Amino acid sequence: MKMSFRLRAAVVSVALLVTLLAAWHIATSGVGQTQAMDPEYAKLMGLTATQGKSAMPGPLDVAKILGGHLADPFYVKGPNDQGIGIQLAYSIGRVALGFGLAVIVAVPLGFLIGLSPLFRQALDPFIQVMRPVSPLAWMPLALYTIKDSAISSIFVIFICSVWPMLTNTAFAVANVRREWLNVARTLEVGTFRKIFRVILPAAAPTILTGMRISISIAWLVIVAAEMLVGGTGIGYFVWNEWNNLSIANVINAILFIGVIGMLLDQLLGFLTRLVTFTE
Amino acid sequence: MSQHFISVEALKRQFPGTDKAVFEDLWFGMDKGEFVCVIGHSGCGKTTVLNIMAGLDHATEGGIIFDGTAIEGPSLDRAVVFQGHALMPWMTVLDNVMFAVQSRWPKWSRFQAAEHARKYIAMVNLTGAEDKKPAQLSGGMKQRVGIARALSIEPKTLLMDEPFSALDALTRGTLQDEVLRIRATTNLTVFMITHDVDEAILLADRIVLMTNGPGARIAEILVNTLPRTRTRETLHQLADYYPMRNHLLDFLVRRSKNFVPPAGWDAKRPPQVRATGIGAAAE
Repeated sequence: MKMSFRLRAAVVSVALLVTLLAAWHIATSGVGQTQAMDPEYAKLMGLTATQGKSAMPGPLDVAKILGGHLADPFYVKGPNDQGIGIQLAYSIGRVALGFGLAVIVAVPLGFLIGLSPLFRQALDPFIQVMRPVSPLAWMPLALYTIKDSAISSIFVIFICSVWPMLTNTAFAVANVRREWLNVARTLEVGTFRKIFRVILPAAAPTILTGMRISISIAWLVIVAAEMLVGGTGIGYFVWNEWNNLSIANVINAILFIGVIGMLLDQLLGFLTRLVTFTE
Repeated sequence: MSQHFISVEALKRQFPGTDKAVFEDLWFGMDKGEFVCVIGHSGCGKTTVLNIMAGLDHATEGGIIFDGTAIEGPSLDRAVVFQGHALMPWMTVLDNVMFAVQSRWPKWSRFQAAEHARKYIAMVNLTGAEDKKPAQLSGGMKQRVGIARALSIEPKTLLMDEPFSALDALTRGTLQDEVLRIRATTNLTVFMITHDVDEAILLADRIVLMTNGPGARIAEILVNTLPRTRTRETLHQLADYYPMRNHLLDFLVRRSKNFVPPAGWDAKRPPQVRATGIGAAAE
């Protein structure tokens, strides 16, 4: 019997995963050269020097820690030891807040720019200059003016989310098909009804695509922002575990960041499909 | 001068950045209940004339008087059937028609608007397709919705911009029959642009012949002398059909290109030509 295309792809995926894990396991399980040394000195050198064990964890070490995280993701044992679920929730919350604020600002402003050629011309230089700036460059300014690290990281998310949404909304609104607008004109449709019944549905797929780009960027930026501001969040967790030299935890965090990022992207992808129309 | 229902007067349109007008000094009138077709090659400004009549474009000089007032902008009294149907793809058939109905009667309840919309969907024989999206319909069905939407606002006049040009010949035929039928029951004033000589002869009471642009003029107006009750099947058997058809084709192929106003030709009163006259001249 011939396997379906999806099944064959899944088999290849699993085979790749197993190969990679096996290679990883073999690469990290080997024992390297050890040197005879003074026991006092050996204590300072750690396992790599004394037993030849790599500091890079193998897949089994990572899986063990992953099991621990999954078994108890939401524990709080003081400010410096909280479950990975709590850390992720902080990050997701900041992204949601910053992203939400960006939606509130970018969509109406994008409509204004899209509808008014004057505003488009007038605001274009600002957008062109501000858009390529790394959102993290805003961080010191935010910290100085807001004087709160948590809100500053939300501000950074806001800044990085605004641009793709703003440019996509403005582009979509400015490029609504002429004939749909002409239909509205010949029917003497008022401005607000035209905006909500014609322009918004026509522009929605492109606006949502902008939001999808925004949330991906926001999720990239939050990790870096939290490394800087510290305290809570998955970015802080990564940096904290690096300071602990727990590479296994860092690898776990990478895995979680990837999965959450994928879920956020799929959520926006789903919403985009809801407003997409076929002509 | 007799008062026409729609009166096109000294109409000229020149687009910025061009040194010659698309058309100039156009004069013609339409009476209530009349079906007028405009025929001419691409670029003669037919669509621009229609857009000015719809209020979507404006004249450089002259203007159009509609029911006693100069046209300044779009109006619900003048419904447009667009060339590319222009349905909103995110709305169902019913919503597309209701959008127009609710524009006309904003105070109506949803139920009342839906009932009214259904009546016009039924008029174009689309009952059963109310909940479909335009993407699920054939080209002919889409244009039927476009016609239903235009008729649903009960306009004083219907402006149609090559409504059937994108359809195959069979579909076009059935839609032409629908237009004939609807027209017979509503007695609407219709202004229609077409490329299709047979379509013009079948539908129009009078056919306006425009010369090639830029600088297009109305060369003459052909009065359709076929009986009003004509049908597509028997059209070609009518005595005046071939003289009219030949006259139109002759105009499009030869005369529209280098039209020289003959002696006594007056832009304000383009000559009204009759098939019987042409027939006699040809012999």
